[in-house]
Amino acid sequence: MGDTRNLGTSPDEVQFRFRDDEPVDHAAVTVDACCDQTNATAVRIEPGDDARVLLPFLGRLALVEVNFPGFGDGRGYSAARILREAGYAGELRAVGDVLIDQLSHMRRCGFDSFAPDQRLDEEDARRAFATWENVYQHAADRRRTIAEMRHEA
Amino acid sequence: MYQYDHYDQAMVEARVAEFRDQARRRLEGKLTEDQFKPLRLMNGLYLQLHAYMLRVAIPYGTLDARQMEMLADIADKYDRGYGHFTTRQNIQYNWIRLEDAADILADLATVGMHAIQTSGNCIRNISSDHFAGAAADEVVDPRPYAELMRQWSSFHPEFTYLPRKFKIAVIASAKDRAAMRLHDIGVRIVKRGEEIGAAFYAGGGMGRTPMIAPLIRDFVPIDQFITYAEACLRVYNRYGRRDNKYKARIKILVHELGAAEYTRQVEEEFAHLLSVGVEPPREELARIAEHFAPPAFVDGPKTVDRSDPDFALWVDRNTHRHKHDAYVSAVISLKPAGGIPGDATSDQMRLVAKLARDYSFDEVRVMHTQNLLLPHVRIADLQAVWTSLDAAGLGSANMDTIEDIIACPGLDYCSLANARSIPLAQRISERFAATGRTEVVGELKLKISGCINACGHHHAGHIGILGVDKKGVENYQLSLGGSEAEDVALAKITGPGFDEDGVIAAVEKVTDIYLAQRTNGERFLDTYRRIGMEPFKEALYG
Repeated sequence: MGDTRNLGTSPDEVQFRFRDDEPVDHAAVTVDACCDQTNATAVRIEPGDDARVLLPFLGRLALVEVNFPGFGDGRGYSAARILREAGYAGELRAVGDVLIDQLSHMRRCGFDSFAPDQRLDEEDARRAFATWENVYQHAADRRRTIAEMRHEA
Repeated sequence: MYQYDHYDQAMVEARVAEFRDQARRRLEGKLTEDQFKPLRLMNGLYLQLHAYMLRVAIPYGTLDARQMEMLADIADKYDRGYGHFTTRQNIQYNWIRLEDAADILADLATVGMHAIQTSGNCIRNISSDHFAGAAADEVVDPRPYAELMRQWSSFHPEFTYLPRKFKIAVIASAKDRAAMRLHDIGVRIVKRGEEIGAAFYAGGGMGRTPMIAPLIRDFVPIDQFITYAEACLRVYNRYGRRDNKYKARIKILVHELGAAEYTRQVEEEFAHLLSVGVEPPREELARIAEHFAPPAFVDGPKTVDRSDPDFALWVDRNTHRHKHDAYVSAVISLKPAGGIPGDATSDQMRLVAKLARDYSFDEVRVMHTQNLLLPHVRIADLQAVWTSLDAAGLGSANMDTIEDIIACPGLDYCSLANARSIPLAQRISERFAATGRTEVVGELKLKISGCINACGHHHAGHIGILGVDKKGVENYQLSLGGSEAEDVALAKITGPGFDEDGVIAAVEKVTDIYLAQRTNGERFLDTYRRIGMEPFKEALYG
């Protein structure tokens, strides 16, 4: 794993984490490497990767990092939801150009840890996570939608 | 029409608070301009040539008198006493200060309005048939389906950073009054037997690469409607091009993959999403539809007193058949000869609000042709309505004529434009009105864009004009034969461009050929289709 030692974030780079388990403390591998190796438990998805190729390996994965090299590239949101829809229950970490105003949407798409390149203001982030008291759509966070609340008995 | 409940209201208020916080962080230097730009755009705030422009959403073009009065108040309080109605049934204010933006959004929120997703690379405000709920030919009122989509697309967590902007139109009749197939997704609500469903078209658009959306599914059962839309968007979000913003619209993806392959991928995603369960509960559509229940129409006279010829002409030109025979829909032209297409003063907006309250069950519509509309007017009240409109400069009888020009803001406002659009529209409408030729020519849709981005829909004009920059001089390309309606077609360029005077003369020559060649009852477009480009070319360049 020598040549992939620098890939991925370490637990102390994680600024926000919404899980109780111990974080994985070793480097992630690329999606290609993950499919070739049988023992990798952490993988890093780049925007152009197809998250679905990981589906056969979800059982052994404890950490999936989704990289956002630029905040305007929204492919990682789909990748996150696809993994959660397939039942992935491990840590899903947004890394890279992760900004305050993306946090609430990322959380809804199933991300439960965040390792931004630039540390975010804690107070601004707290407010951002709490932006939406209610939500219109179904997403990976399984929140009850406004439409469901309107029609419950 | 739809009224917000406390959930909808809280969502809009949360957005105002979020934007206020974003503006604060920008001012404190915590956000760079590059980081702030997509955030302000998703709240409708553009930076134009001279000032900020704020685009306010009017979902599916429907609003009530109170909302129209708020638009007038905002024009007075924060702008220069007028607003500009757009081809996506919204309104834009051209002289906004960044410091006022959050306050304007807060004012809008008091009447259930907002600027959510009126710009940015996200799902934009949903547009629809301006005659919805009134047209005699509709299968159902399309607005409940558009409202269901509004809720689904508002703050959608997965689709806020799409490759490019995404525009959806929803209609429900064979006639297309919303340029449906020139949208990223066009939806036609249809009936199969008694069952309601949605036909989906994907990958249309104008811009620098105009395309007509192919049909990708002829019938999605209505209780899977949102799921299908989600599948369309997910495939686009994952595979739409992000390497080149000019190739990032869904039309390029559909074109490069082929409609069949795009459809296959959507169907696969659709099957998956059905198993996930993302559709709103069935009762929600029924709840929304109750808001759009037809008003209490009453019987009455079916004809007007035609003794005033100006009034009679207006009735003939500007009213549209209603599903109740004692009513019509009345078009309020924002195209006075020599005027700026789509502009309305605050006083005009207040008058329209009053007329809506007095004569149209408290409803106004914005048309994609940049006009306003009173959807349900008793034929018995038409004379009173017209008299009020005429006194306020809103009585032009020119719907769908050459004076009813769609024009983008052009170089007078827009930082992308290469040429001016507004002065050209003004001169053409003035000229045709002065010579009396408007009525002789009849239906002729002229559309003007000041640059290749085609906000003025020139590709879809019976006559289209595209302003370009030719070595520092404004130059105008003429095209013929486009249509945004059910007979959708893209216009073809006639040949070399013209200067401003030249293109006005060219438009007149084109109408000369039409008048000489038309057979009984033929519209300009019909004649063009019958005789082809050659006779027009001959007259222009021969």
